[in-house]
Amino acid sequence: MGKKHQTPLLDELKKGKWISFVREIERAAEKSERTEDLLGQVEESYRDKVNHWKHGGMAGVKSYGAGMVGRFSEFPDKYPGIKECHSMRIIPSAGFFYNSDFLRKLADISEKYAGGLLNFHGATGNIQVLGMSQAEAEDVFQAVAELGFDLGGSGSDLRTPSCCAGQARCEFANYDTMKICHDLTEEYLDELHRPAFNYKFKLKFSGCANDCVASAARSDLAFIGTWKDKIKINQDEVKNYVKKLNVQKYVLDKCPTKCMWFEGEKLVIDDENCVKCMHCINVLPKALRSGDEKGASILIGAKAPLVTGPRMGMMLVPFYDINEDAKNDYEWLKGLISNMWEFWDEYGVSRERIGELIGRVGLNTFLEGIGLEPIPEMVGHPRSNPFIKFTEDED
Amino acid sequence: MTDETKKKVEDKIVGLVKEYAGKKRFKPIDIVKEMEKEFASEGLTKDDIKAALKEIMDEEKLVYGYAGGSFLALPENQ
Repeated sequence: MGKKHQTPLLDELKKGKWISFVREIERAAEKSERTEDLLGQVEESYRDKVNHWKHGGMAGVKSYGAGMVGRFSEFPDKYPGIKECHSMRIIPSAGFFYNSDFLRKLADISEKYAGGLLNFHGATGNIQVLGMSQAEAEDVFQAVAELGFDLGGSGSDLRTPSCCAGQARCEFANYDTMKICHDLTEEYLDELHRPAFNYKFKLKFSGCANDCVASAARSDLAFIGTWKDKIKINQDEVKNYVKKLNVQKYVLDKCPTKCMWFEGEKLVIDDENCVKCMHCINVLPKALRSGDEKGASILIGAKAPLVTGPRMGMMLVPFYDINEDAKNDYEWLKGLISNMWEFWDEYGVSRERIGELIGRVGLNTFLEGIGLEPIPEMVGHPRSNPFIKFTEDED
Repeated sequence: MTDETKKKVEDKIVGLVKEYAGKKRFKPIDIVKEMEKEFASEGLTKDDIKAALKEIMDEEKLVYGYAGGSFLALPENQ
């Protein structure tokens, strides 16, 4: 098939040794006329320095209010293949594990109904089938459902929860991220598929402070694995590291609270002052391990820059005993989330994320509303700006 | 919630969206709050209203649209 549209600007993006998204779209375009039109429009976007999509509108499958992201071309006559170019979001397996048979079948679905393009994964963690029209949406949905998968979140709803690979693949995981992510996804499918919030709400689960799913920056409620007791030190391994690495320079000097030092050859950690940032454990994994009393810190209010500026999550619950709560089907956590959603429903305004609501009404009002006692550890950043003020006559 | 009350709620919601079609976009959350007030004397809860809304969507009397936030709309054939 000859090239339908000339794309000199996109061709520049194929140069160099790294994988080019242009090359991938071109490969898909060899089998799909609509994807050829996609190349033509993207070329125009680079030329004009604006994108030529119309966003939103009516795109969806029967009775679901989520899972489809509508995109319409600004030039439907020039690029009829992408007059409608919607994406379908599919809930990934927790930790993003798939077997090859599923991937082949999903690729076939994408080629049959859409433009042969997939995203693994969107920013929220969904698998995305790209480039279908509304007329094809129901068929794609049914085909995906036959593989045992369901649609993800979009719009003013609970977005698809996501987690790191946790204990399935990572020695640093402090709790079973995949279990809680899976269990809460099942629990909140209605909230995921039927938009009933002021705006989006994201849950992300990271097994440790390395935060591989960027929960502290991207989720309204972030769960970051941590521990309560002391870091476990293997002094023999510390000595081995000292032989090959400048531990003072690359570990001790970089500790944010300077809570580590050497006494002779012995590494000492003042655990009371450790903020569990994981830096030392990352650099000296054979010598240091997180403690035995594992759980998660819960942060609230992070979001990307849309509507108002970006926010990082602030500490809400310094230590949540996930393993204990899991025995009761997360009763405590579900109660907390329910109270948050009730408060947000009641006092939030249109397109206001929960972090912005807290900023507007104040943390104390929010805590009172959700029935959580204020504690000094509820801070924006470790060691800075406590939101909780005490008067002199309080203990 | 009795079937009769449920029908009243459903009719009210669909009626509102029809009445304001092309003039105002109703967010599901606003409709739920509005119906909660409207049917407070009949003891309906937020969950009852949400259940009624779910039924409306399942029966495709209304569909969801998106423009910055989700809203309720009439199906395109209407």
